[in-house]
Amino acid sequence: MFAYVVRRLGLMLVTLFGISIVIFFLLRIVPGNIVDILFDAAGFVDPADKANLERELGIDQPLVVQYLRWIGGLLHGDLGYSYVSEKPALDEILPRIPITARLAGLALLFSASIGIPLGVISAVYQGSRTDYALRVVSLSGLSLPSFWLGLLILMASVAMFGHIPIFNPNPRTFGEMFSTYCLPSLAVAFRSSALTMRITRSSMLEVLRQDYIRTARAKGASEASVNFHHALKNAILPVITVVGIEAAFLIGGLIVTETVFNIPGVARFLVEAIRWRDYPIVQNLVMFIAVIVVFANFTVDMLYAVFDPRIRYTD
Amino acid sequence: MRSGRALAAVVSFVLVLCGPAFAGEPKQGGVLRMYHRDSPGSASIHEEATYSTNVPFMPVFNNLVIYKQDVAQNSPDTIVPDLAESWSWSADKKTLTFRLRQGVKWHDGKPFTSADVKCTFDIVMGKSQQKFRKNPRKSWYDEVVNVTTNGDHEASFNLKRPQPSLLALLASGYTPIYPCHISPAEMRTHPIGTGPFKFVEFKANESIKLTRNPDYWKKGRPYLDGIEFTIIPNRSTAILAFVAGKFDMTFPTEVSIPLLKDVKAQAPDAICVVAPNNVSTNIIVNSKDPPFDNADIRRAMALALDRKSFISIMFEGQADIGGTMLPAPEGLWAMPKEMLEQIAGYGPDVNANREEGRKLMQKAGYGPEKHLAVKVSTRNIPVYRDPAVILIDQLKSIYIDGELEVVDTAQWFPKVARRDYSLGLNLTGNAVDDPDQSFYENYSCNSERNYTNYCNKEIEKLFDAQSMETDVGKRKKLVWDIDKKLQEDVARPIIFHGRTGTCWQPYVKGVTVMVNSSYNGYRYEDVWLDK
Repeated sequence: MFAYVVRRLGLMLVTLFGISIVIFFLLRIVPGNIVDILFDAAGFVDPADKANLERELGIDQPLVVQYLRWIGGLLHGDLGYSYVSEKPALDEILPRIPITARLAGLALLFSASIGIPLGVISAVYQGSRTDYALRVVSLSGLSLPSFWLGLLILMASVAMFGHIPIFNPNPRTFGEMFSTYCLPSLAVAFRSSALTMRITRSSMLEVLRQDYIRTARAKGASEASVNFHHALKNAILPVITVVGIEAAFLIGGLIVTETVFNIPGVARFLVEAIRWRDYPIVQNLVMFIAVIVVFANFTVDMLYAVFDPRIRYTD
Repeated sequence: MRSGRALAAVVSFVLVLCGPAFAGEPKQGGVLRMYHRDSPGSASIHEEATYSTNVPFMPVFNNLVIYKQDVAQNSPDTIVPDLAESWSWSADKKTLTFRLRQGVKWHDGKPFTSADVKCTFDIVMGKSQQKFRKNPRKSWYDEVVNVTTNGDHEASFNLKRPQPSLLALLASGYTPIYPCHISPAEMRTHPIGTGPFKFVEFKANESIKLTRNPDYWKKGRPYLDGIEFTIIPNRSTAILAFVAGKFDMTFPTEVSIPLLKDVKAQAPDAICVVAPNNVSTNIIVNSKDPPFDNADIRRAMALALDRKSFISIMFEGQADIGGTMLPAPEGLWAMPKEMLEQIAGYGPDVNANREEGRKLMQKAGYGPEKHLAVKVSTRNIPVYRDPAVILIDQLKSIYIDGELEVVDTAQWFPKVARRDYSLGLNLTGNAVDDPDQSFYENYSCNSERNYTNYCNKEIEKLFDAQSMETDVGKRKKLVWDIDKKLQEDVARPIIFHGRTGTCWQPYVKGVTVMVNSSYNGYRYEDVWLDK
């Protein structure tokens, strides 16, 4: 097991190295750079001014040199300076991470805590009205774009309470905290919980048909024990996989939700940075997200062993 | 007893009558909360070319002179002293001298002197060791030889030739005075000014905060304790937040006409003003390359335009038809309506215009059987994209099949600057309602922003003639002739001049929305909250 973990960690480093190359060069393939954008509406532009700025920002250097500078800095904890704000990239990124982490964490929590129980209920009551109702809910969750749901929440809140739940940096009451973090998380989690619900349902249906479930029932086990102890425990592996993948894809959902709810998190910041071709911010942020995704996958693999004792990782 | 009650009733009546008068007295205090449409590139007004920077940072600064902030129409008559106490022209009109205000301090406590004026314009004119990262309005001062000082309280602009409109350029919100002792880099992130509000913080993509300058040289101003801008790029969210009362004011001139109806429906007490923003929507044609090197095709295209349709579809009728200069009554330099209607394509009979256009196209070898296929390039944002779609539809009437090519913002200006387009739809904003800025920038042979390659040496001479003319009446006539000629030459056909709205809550007082520029009216020292 230990050797497996070490090997996985080594592979993760190789993956991250590959990702760093892809991020860096893809970003340079996108047409235009910060200098083009800064000068785009500036009227007459002296080519010498452009050249000076390119030199100042270091983007006149060969790409390999730029890449080595970035990676070298990254290994020493120096993420460079934002081209736009001229502040250290780390100072720009760090304060935004907890905001997005809270949103993402809550969204995952909502997704699992809503999706899994409803998926179990839907499977246990297969073919009933409850099952049909829950399937309609899950289908609508998969069909509704999160930005649209977010706008609906905002509009309903203004129409019903005369209050708009956009970001409040210093929430003082529970209500403020709820509207600052929970409503946007719910907007994101709705889609994700629908997916979790559907996966849980199909996985449960498969398990509920197994012989050992019939045996458990014949031995007099209660329905709750059969469903949650015997069936869910064995049906959970695909659900864990999906939740892990959703964790990785969450950043995509958060981009629109952070925009609609005006949350100054990492996801919206990333989009703005791409718009400005602010390379130090984009490449460091994408790298950070890549680290999260790689670790999320690793965690999911490790959780398989926890939930299914038959799985043992060896060399 | 009865007389006592009667007296009380009379007093109450008088108080009720006087109530509004008392409410009309400006009150000190309160923080004005406004949303901002996007995150400005920096805090340095001189380095930016968007009013996204002027709106939050103009309150930090003073100019030498400024357009009177409580008069909606900018004109030479509304230019008032700011950091200058007075100004005078030399007899040959080639030197403009400012007598400067004494006792003014920068926000960091250092004294303001004429050296700061010289420093500011030396950097803007590219004559200083210190450099801006970008310097978009350097060409405004092409006629200025240098700025000289005489003691601490006098500065003079020495010109190559008379240029009466220099004063208008100096009064723009784009022309603040910067301190000598602060570097351009610091001004981008932490601006120091002499204005009514001090800079507190600028968190990119989040907020901008200003606080009252207690040592402001204009006694009793500003009324507000501060201004807070929350950056909300999503327009729907921003408008909803205004409707819900989270903001006292919308971002200036950012509420479109259709959105204005929503605002009035959901917040009926809100005060909204619709005004021209001096931004024209126009067609740029690459006249150096086929097929638009053919003057007949260019003329046919101008004849195909149904300007009223654009205005009714996009603005519900609330926009204006005009030439290069902003139409009257808000615009000062627009040619009279009867003169405008003489120009091909501006006549009221659209069908007749298009018939003429089709004949020109047939002369050029196109017709019902042989259409001309062109790409219509535009920037990928709605204010560009929407009229481009209407344009493509209208061009079909003269056998031109347009294909929309949307270009990312980062690529748009470099693309048109390279003349890498055939036909494009563009927006052109004017910081001041003055012909010098508009003509030289957009139509001069050597201007980098002359995207259409239009070059007419005769017109160029007229540009100089109007620029030097000190008699306003004579200058206007010259400007009209130039504008007419530019439209006849299809140099850059103007489709319409847009109008947009600004809204604020009823307790916000002292707001003036300027009607012929969206760059000059954001000092906010007269704004107060009646709460």
